[in-house]
Amino acid sequence: MTWVSAVVHGILLGGVYALLATGLALMFGVMRIINLAHGSLALIGAYMAFLFTEHVHVSTYLALVPVLPGALIVGYLLQRTMLERSLRAGQLVPLLTTFGLLIVIANLLQYFFSPDVHSLDEGNIGTASWQVSSSLTIPWFDVLTLGVAVVLLGGLQLVLRFTQLGRELRATAEDADTAELVGINARAVYARATAIAVATAALAGVFYGMRSSFDPNAGANQLLYAFEAVVIGGIGSLWGTLGGGIALGVAQAVGGQINPEYFALSGHVVFLAVLVARTAMQARGFRLTLRGVG
Amino acid sequence: MNAIAADMSGTRVQRWTPLSVVFTGGLAGVVVLLAFAPLVLGENSQNNLIQLYFLVIMAMMWNALAGYGGLVSVGQQGFIGIGAYAAVFLSVQNSLNPYLSMLLATLIGGAVAIPVAAVVLWLRAGAFAIATWVVAEAFAILVSLDPNPAIGGGTGTSALLPFNIRYTPEQRLHYTYWASLGAVAVLLLLLFVLLRSRLGGSLQAIRDDEEAAASLGVRVLLGKGILFVVAGAGSAAAGTIILAWQLSVLPLGPDSIFGINWTAKMIFMVLVGGLGTFEGPIIGAVALYILQTYGPNGGVWYFVLLGGIAIAFALVLPQGIWGTIQERFNVQLLPVGYRLRNFTKGTT
Repeated sequence: MTWVSAVVHGILLGGVYALLATGLALMFGVMRIINLAHGSLALIGAYMAFLFTEHVHVSTYLALVPVLPGALIVGYLLQRTMLERSLRAGQLVPLLTTFGLLIVIANLLQYFFSPDVHSLDEGNIGTASWQVSSSLTIPWFDVLTLGVAVVLLGGLQLVLRFTQLGRELRATAEDADTAELVGINARAVYARATAIAVATAALAGVFYGMRSSFDPNAGANQLLYAFEAVVIGGIGSLWGTLGGGIALGVAQAVGGQINPEYFALSGHVVFLAVLVARTAMQARGFRLTLRGVG
Repeated sequence: MNAIAADMSGTRVQRWTPLSVVFTGGLAGVVVLLAFAPLVLGENSQNNLIQLYFLVIMAMMWNALAGYGGLVSVGQQGFIGIGAYAAVFLSVQNSLNPYLSMLLATLIGGAVAIPVAAVVLWLRAGAFAIATWVVAEAFAILVSLDPNPAIGGGTGTSALLPFNIRYTPEQRLHYTYWASLGAVAVLLLLLFVLLRSRLGGSLQAIRDDEEAAASLGVRVLLGKGILFVVAGAGSAAAGTIILAWQLSVLPLGPDSIFGINWTAKMIFMVLVGGLGTFEGPIIGAVALYILQTYGPNGGVWYFVLLGGIAIAFALVLPQGIWGTIQERFNVQLLPVGYRLRNFTKGTT
């Protein structure tokens, strides 16, 4: 029964990872870049929410009201000032600049907030849970997180499919040069994509911060988990991201059930196993095509 | 000179120029001179030079991957840690001579890079970058979970004992100095030979356009694989030198032997010195060394400065200091490429 409990908690944990992965997947889908500072931007969201709850004494959920629009602006400016230039310089430069940003953010956070751990208050829902059986309780907060992830991914899917912005995003992702020919301003589209991505990162960071404590270097793990969710789920599919997040969560929870110290490690191992399996399948497919031709 | 003559209406393909002959010879001379430094210099200067040497090795290895293979790794700290911990395992656990352990640990680093390469080299750009980081994290966690008392788990370990039972502190300093200088020289020579061989040409083709190179028959994965293994061994060598220099290591955290801060330093050195130039990483290592000596060393602002300067170079001066000099004055001191030169009649 403890194993069932571990799997259920893993599935719910997947909600946080899906939230974290959404923005990363969106930016990769539209611009073909992986923002190495994605986890650090999520972490800034958590610290900003912490500032609001600390000084204005509002609940963490109310803190989202100023934090999310702020993140939109940060994302827009980030694209216009740094990423746009990086993109023009080739495939590798965005990696170098976003990695530099990751280091700068981690150390500035350490300067302003000290290296100590912080946490966000998850309100009344934080202590409420549903006792299914003697060994299985489902915390409502985890259900809420997973629900938010589903709503976010569903909403993004609808925006991509039915709105003008969504059509522009898809067209630019397909082929930026051709999109420009039919009158789309690709640079503006990129800036909006990054703005949305950073806002989802901040949302994810706030939920991550309510779930577990964080320190200035937590951005690195958040990036790795987000990326693992994207890869396990299959790059390029939004709902796959949810599946990947859940698979990662289950892997970690089950590993943690075996030994609490295996929590993060088992997620990494599953991720690497997926990579190996995919490579092996590709190699086999390649051989099959060769045989078909010969 | 040794120029390869290809008489095409006065144009020649040239590898060595008089300047590069003088400089390459000069560099070899400097290495020989530096070998005598322990006889002249004090303890502090030797310690500082050891620090510079392992920085040069790290920068060279990262540049070999990114500048010549187009592979941005953010996981080389995994090999630095493997090198240091393999040396601890051999010297503390198995009582081998610490310097022999360092040499073997370097080879272990290269050997570990082979299966890692098989997993990560299929990935492109950002996916490759994060996958290398995940591998490094997995190594760090595995080491921190090792119950072996010599490895020390999450609390770290020390290699003081194997050094102290054999050498006085002064001998240790001298031998570590020579070992690190030797490692720089050997790795520099190895990369020089590698990049001047056929492989160098195919690597540049891969970096410029992978698909085109593959369609011309360049074995893309083999070329990248060789670089990755050499960089794994080189990074492990740097890790063993760090171990011999600071004598104790920790497995977890950004400042540890498996820490991401090493990658921050590597990226800084290569971007400042000149990505994809042979000489750049040496200049970058000197630049970082100067920053560490005269600016804030360690601490929050040091890393803010490191990241900020790296971003600025990537955006404003992507060829770095040496790449810019090379472009402006058309000089190459260590000849790894080919140059076309127009000769007017009568000159040789």
